[in-house]
Amino acid sequence: MMSDHAADITSDHAVDIDKHVRIYITVFVALMVLTVVTVAISYLDLSTPIAVTVALIVALVKGSLVACYFMHLISEKKLIYAVLALTAAFFVALLALPVVTHSNGFWIAE
Amino acid sequence: MDIPYTVEVRRDTGLTNGKIGIWLFLASEVMLFGALFASYILIRVGAPTWPRGDTILDVPLATFNTIVLIASSVTMVMAWASLMRHRFGTFRIYMGATILLGLTFLVVKYFEYSHHLHLGEYPRTNNFLAIYYTLTGLHMLHVFGGMVVNAYFWGPGAKLWKTNPVWFTNRVEHSGLFWHFVDLVWIFLFPTLYLL
Repeated sequence: MMSDHAADITSDHAVDIDKHVRIYITVFVALMVLTVVTVAISYLDLSTPIAVTVALIVALVKGSLVACYFMHLISEKKLIYAVLALTAAFFVALLALPVVTHSNGFWIAE
Repeated sequence: MDIPYTVEVRRDTGLTNGKIGIWLFLASEVMLFGALFASYILIRVGAPTWPRGDTILDVPLATFNTIVLIASSVTMVMAWASLMRHRFGTFRIYMGATILLGLTFLVVKYFEYSHHLHLGEYPRTNNFLAIYYTLTGLHMLHVFGGMVVNAYFWGPGAKLWKTNPVWFTNRVEHSGLFWHFVDLVWIFLFPTLYLL
């Protein structure tokens, strides 16, 4: 039987996985609820800046749930955090670039 | 020569090489999509008028696709958890479900694209559609790529389970990390393009 070959994975680990599975189901339900919230918010008559802010906050919460629990970032090694911190810094710089260039007379004057 | 540190972790990093590799790759993917999001912001802010996504795009269909992709993320992580619990048969079911959900996403997207093209709404029509096709097209390519890798692990690649189950489990975890990233990108694409 194929499963007999997985002897390297300990039974303690299997118990941990049972806990994780319960968390995965909870996160799944939370993501479904937040998806409904995302769509519901779009039907409210909000101004564009508020609508963008609220939509991005909900998306950030959903994204964090996926990253933390499905991608196991909540309990990862330091090196992975270091790589992601560097990535986040460059990502923010990349997104800030249009804002900076759009504000006349700051870095790029028309 | 065997590939080093596929099963045992490196002392200096505390990680397998595969794990570091997939995270570095995902870091480059963040920058790829980040550049496109930055372009979207620049184009939108610079445009005199910009349509709300829900006046052009099909929100119920995209909501359905969002649910499909989130469900596929759950089945993907359950596939990995099944291997950790030594249940290869269950892994096959969950991985198969992940592939089918990915296929469902692409089929829905095909109908969505067909509808727009039928109405004469091409990428050249306006900036909104240009950025819509670019972002969703690139995302679809990622879904397809992830499906190919997952199908390999569901089919021929699963032979590794017989000889080296820990390595196989690690590979499925890395494939899962990519799949969850694709889900994560869609979580931001959906409100950005369809609802705002």
